[in-house]
Amino acid sequence: MGIQNKRKRVVVTGLGVVAPNGVGTTDFTDALREGKSGITFSQQLRDLNFSCQIGGVPIISEEKRGEYLTNLELRNFNSNGILYGIIAGMDAVKDANFKIALKKEEALWDTGIIFGVGTTSVEKFRESIYTIDEGNTRKLGSSTILQTMTSGVSAYLSGLIGAGNIVTTNSSACATGTEAILLGYERIANGQAKQMLCGSCSDGGPYVWAAFDTIRVMPYAYNEKPERGSRPFSESAAGFVPGSGAGALFLESLESAQERGAKIYCEILGGNINCGGQREEGSMTAPNNSAVQKCIKLAIENARITANEIDYINGHLTATAKDVVEIDNWCKALDRNGSEFPFINSTKGMIGHCLAASGSVEMVASILQLHNSFIAPNINCEDLSPAILKLIDEDKIIRKTKKVNIKTVAKASFGFGDVNACIIFQKN
Amino acid sequence: MTKEEILNQLKPIVAIYLPEDVSKEEIKPESDLTMELNINSAHLVDIVLDVEDHFDVAFANEDMESLRTVSDAVEIIYGKVKSV
Repeated sequence: MGIQNKRKRVVVTGLGVVAPNGVGTTDFTDALREGKSGITFSQQLRDLNFSCQIGGVPIISEEKRGEYLTNLELRNFNSNGILYGIIAGMDAVKDANFKIALKKEEALWDTGIIFGVGTTSVEKFRESIYTIDEGNTRKLGSSTILQTMTSGVSAYLSGLIGAGNIVTTNSSACATGTEAILLGYERIANGQAKQMLCGSCSDGGPYVWAAFDTIRVMPYAYNEKPERGSRPFSESAAGFVPGSGAGALFLESLESAQERGAKIYCEILGGNINCGGQREEGSMTAPNNSAVQKCIKLAIENARITANEIDYINGHLTATAKDVVEIDNWCKALDRNGSEFPFINSTKGMIGHCLAASGSVEMVASILQLHNSFIAPNINCEDLSPAILKLIDEDKIIRKTKKVNIKTVAKASFGFGDVNACIIFQKN
Repeated sequence: MTKEEILNQLKPIVAIYLPEDVSKEEIKPESDLTMELNINSAHLVDIVLDVEDHFDVAFANEDMESLRTVSDAVEIIYGKVKSV
């Protein structure tokens, strides 16, 4: 109780994003508003005999790479996930107008980084393993370690910023990004840091996506019309379209933001992280519904609001048969359904499922919608699932960009291993 | 190949790994690669790999251990190029 009363208020003052349908907050906001898909056909996936030959890959020019990394750092660099993370992370710091430490200055002891990954630098691993197996270990080059260590992205970002508080990488499958933000939030709320750069990133491509193709959770019928493939809320949803990218939030204590005169996007009110323990209907790949509901309920309790205050939900909703189960869990956790249910969307229709990056990219999407007073359309659900419509009213599922002044938002992410994370945030 | 030719070809290879606050004019034969030119010790390995490719030579572990200055590198390369 003591800690609850004394906890610091935490606000978001910077955003950065690398998404399949837009790099940078300006392009990404436009893409969200227009309902623009970033899903494309991949010849490489076809050549490798994938069933699902579509995916979401952000477009980064050579020139853009050079803006964030030196020529020396780019030598033998082969880690798109880290590149996405660096771009999103540094953009968030810049957006917050936060002053980084110069090389000769002291480290920023009150500034930390929690930047998550699912798997990291698979392409670099592949390249290195070939080199090693050919007996050429001595030819690996020094940056192989930086690129293949799981905390690589956090280490690169720390070097660029001069962060001197906790600098680490978390991992909890598709809940990673949402978890990273909550862990950073707690660090500031507890008074252990003043600013935290939080987010997550994910590589894309065949070596990350292959096993999902194997277990047949990705759609195979949209190779000729990729932008139609990712179909949350749809009766014809046939699996998630894989994506990649990064999202980053610059969090700081309200006091720190006010002292710096920073613009404030929203306040993180609280949240919850839990795991279903793979009990009841939970398994390595399916969620325990009691755990999901508990996570959402405890997030609301932790945020010290009531369920009725939530105006908008950015769901996990990957476009599988489990979408309806998720909606049912939201209904039960909030004790709201039909016409009482909040507005809801899943930005995955446009960007696919960015796996470990999904939570952070979608947090950025949620905050941009909140900040710009609109809700982005759910694309590809002209055939709404009748099972979902039994639970919530059709007009709650936004299908045409809606200008609306939302105030309180819930964002949840769920991951393999039966893990859950839910964040509640609010515009003042 | 003369030692001077080796030095001239070595300088641009080393220059890639200089930190931002060290200019390439500071690369002199007597310069200590890590202590004076401030090259990250992990990058010494990368310089050797680039040198091996450029001069078509191979550094032994003992060569790596005796490598301190720019002229050490020149001597090692000179010994290997000459013996080819």
